[in-house]
Amino acid sequence: MRLERSTIDKHGSGSAILIPEEPEDMWHAYNLIQPHDHLRARAMRNVKKESSTGTVTSKPIKLDLTISVISTDFDIGSGQLHVAGRVAVENEHVKLGSHHTLDLELNRRFTLIKGVDSKGGIWDSVALEMLREACETERKAELWAVVMGEGTANICIITEHQTIVRQRVEVAVPRKRRGGIDGHDKGMEKFFSTTLSTLLRHMENAKSTQQDTEKTTPLLLASPGFVAQAFQSYIKAEATRTMNKTLLALVPTILVAHSSTHHVHALKEVLSSPAIMSKLSDTKFARETALMDKLTTLIRQDDGRAWYGPREVERAVDKGAVGRGGGVLLLSNALFRAQDVGERKRWVKLVDKVRDVEGGEVRVLSSLHESGKRLEGLGNVAAILTFPIEDLDEEDEEVVNHAASGEEMVI
Amino acid sequence: MEESPSVKSKDLNVAEEFEKSGMKRMANFVVIGHVDHGKSTLMGRLLFDLNVIDQRSIDKLRKEAETIGKSSFALAWVMDQTSEERNRGVTVDIATNHFETEKTRFTILDAPGHKDFIPNMIAGASQADFAVLVIDASINSFESGLRGQTKEHALLVRSLGVQRLIVAVNKMDTISWSQSRFEEISQAMSTFLTTANFSSKGITFVPCAGLTGENVVRKVQTSDASWYTGPSLIEALDASEPGKRHIEKPLRLTISDVFKGGVIAPISISGRIEAGSVQVGDAILAMPANETATVKMIEVENKPVDWAIAGQIPTLHLTDIDPIHLRSGDIVCTPKDPVKLINTFTCKILAFEHVLPSSVDVFRGRLHTEGKISALLARLDKATGEIVKKKPRVVKPGEVSRVTVVLEKELPLEVGTRVVLREGGNTVAAGLLEG
Ligand SMILES: Nc1nc2c(ncn2[C@@H]2O[C@H](COP(=O)(O)OP(=O)(O)OP(=O)(O)O)[C@@H](O)[C@H]2O)c(=O)[nH]1
Ligand SMILES: [Mg+2]
Repeated sequence: MRLERSTIDKHGSGSAILIPEEPEDMWHAYNLIQPHDHLRARAMRNVKKESSTGTVTSKPIKLDLTISVISTDFDIGSGQLHVAGRVAVENEHVKLGSHHTLDLELNRRFTLIKGVDSKGGIWDSVALEMLREACETERKAELWAVVMGEGTANICIITEHQTIVRQRVEVAVPRKRRGGIDGHDKGMEKFFSTTLSTLLRHMENAKSTQQDTEKTTPLLLASPGFVAQAFQSYIKAEATRTMNKTLLALVPTILVAHSSTHHVHALKEVLSSPAIMSKLSDTKFARETALMDKLTTLIRQDDGRAWYGPREVERAVDKGAVGRGGGVLLLSNALFRAQDVGERKRWVKLVDKVRDVEGGEVRVLSSLHESGKRLEGLGNVAAILTFPIEDLDEEDEEVVNHAASGEEMVI
Repeated sequence: MEESPSVKSKDLNVAEEFEKSGMKRMANFVVIGHVDHGKSTLMGRLLFDLNVIDQRSIDKLRKEAETIGKSSFALAWVMDQTSEERNRGVTVDIATNHFETEKTRFTILDAPGHKDFIPNMIAGASQADFAVLVIDASINSFESGLRGQTKEHALLVRSLGVQRLIVAVNKMDTISWSQSRFEEISQAMSTFLTTANFSSKGITFVPCAGLTGENVVRKVQTSDASWYTGPSLIEALDASEPGKRHIEKPLRLTISDVFKGGVIAPISISGRIEAGSVQVGDAILAMPANETATVKMIEVENKPVDWAIAGQIPTLHLTDIDPIHLRSGDIVCTPKDPVKLINTFTCKILAFEHVLPSSVDVFRGRLHTEGKISALLARLDKATGEIVKKKPRVVKPGEVSRVTVVLEKELPLEVGTRVVLREGGNTVAAGLLEG
């Protein structure tokens, strides 16, 4: 994302003029734009016009509109962001307060204004940090990944902030049967060819939105057993057979790794394995995966040094246990997309307290990466404490007990 | 307009037919254990010595195995049939085979030992009435198996409902039929298996050597083994009580394979009937697709039959359905009493590892789907099932608890179904669906 200009005062009110340049920037915009913010962008609007003869015609015209945001709608797959709201600045064609949905587009500037509406939020510390991250210019890591098993493949693109499943390929591969091995081998062949052609199609699509079309994004193949290896051999053979340029360029970039299943969440094992980590260097994904691994290891030890869940974590911070000397606060960025402004303030306050008052570390994980999804499972917030605290979870609500005593146990 | 059924039903009362048929009792068993401990070889040997596989076929396999330098795997190749399995010398997927003794018709489900293929092993285990756990008795192998899949497989079959276990202490030839080693292994395994809730009545230890065939079908001859007076493997198999068959219940069959059966029908499926029965001409309902099909022909052990009942693993040749509606892991049931689809359930689990709310792979037979443990509701008393602690932060290995599981999509699951929860290639817990 390119930041053209920003005028933000010390109270956090003001505007930023931004130009999304790559698909991932839409994800950043989605995280930045909150209800009650004002958003100004180019819009198409049907305008009625009465001719001298009295006939009314409706004609679409382009104009700049400023809306007060009501809701946002982000489609992960296509990267499209629609922002609905009411027109906030009057205009010769459109009345104040009328509904409009702005569709943000690549390479088209928009202005985001916070702090104008007392009901809305400001450029708080979290928003400013997101803005800074969104506008980092250094080359970002990017990777295609195919997580596969016999007959199923998930084709994903992994970027700095997102893991997006582009497509799931499923081909029925008959299992081995006495006297009927042919079906299995033929099925695998068909599965590989379908997966490869699907992958190539997605790669071509991605290229069309890329600025540097010569660049080849590396490819990671992961599976249990030998499927990924076999697929690699298949790609190599296809490259030599067809002499297809894209394929030939792809072959040397292929990394093969082991995963326990063909499911997308198995990516976390792959990306935290030392062999792959070293090749991906310092990606946000790899860093966050390592952090989540550390957190869950500590929770497993169950000695009060790590906690998860909103109330538990807030209590830990209140007790001064998430500060200097190893305290880490982990939050999912989903918390800051809260439609409820009060809810967002709650978490911004916690972030500021840990970072500025307590001197602890704060990590906001992307909910579109596997690490963020793992954190989501734990209630979107967790903390590593500097000293153990027991019983942060007292006064629990009732749990319905529908166990009849004496019934057969699981094992 | 009602379409006329393409296949005529004989409208048999299958339960009565079964009574009348005087059919031999039948049993399916899964062969489990750590990788390379000799499961496939042992089964190849069993089939060879029972003349299910003839000398010529074995000679042919020997020759082929020799040419790629894998002569010791010739017997295993009876079970390991894909080129990948043969080249790598490991079983990848369940192999099915049949044999019979005077008393019983058996179906072998030879499972892979490799950790990566536990999903396939689970699929095999969920079709079994009992299990044969194969253990390599040679120096260090038993010990490394204990750290590996010997224990995990045993725990898994137990949580999938298997109560009877034959422990084949294998490769006895490599340790000159040492009595003390056999006893050491039996002792260690007994202790472990009883803590895993197998009753000692249900466990039989049999020393054997699949490669040489000693004490498999033939009794062992060598004087080194004169101390052993117990049963051979085949005798132990024959002593197994057949499992309960729920013939009167509504039809439930878990699809383990979908394939083009040839000219007979456009599409065929196979899988174990868990409950009920099916006959030629029946309309069946495939879930979750919620699509009906007509049973055109049924085969059991490659022979055409009029009907099949709970406990059998038939092949059903189907018409009147688009193959896209059939996938392995799906459930076939009677349209009169269909399985409901659910995506959230509570489940009583036994933890194998630490359990936290997290994404998990949920297994039920061939069914394998993404889901998550969304909440730890309570830790339970192992014996009484009463709540010990509400909302525990983490559940430790060996503890029993109640959790909420949310699936990525709706699936046909019923109360009382046994599921396995895995994460990152490790079995986290096994559970019983409560509702
Ligand atoms: N000496 C000896 N070797 C055996 C015996 N049984 C199996 N083996 C050898 O052990 C190796 C592995 O045998 P398999 O039958 O493939 O083992 P498996 O348990 O089926 O292996 P997976 O299915 O891959 O888990 C082969 O080289 C066999 O020849 C035995 O009784 N004695
Ligand atoms: Mg094997």
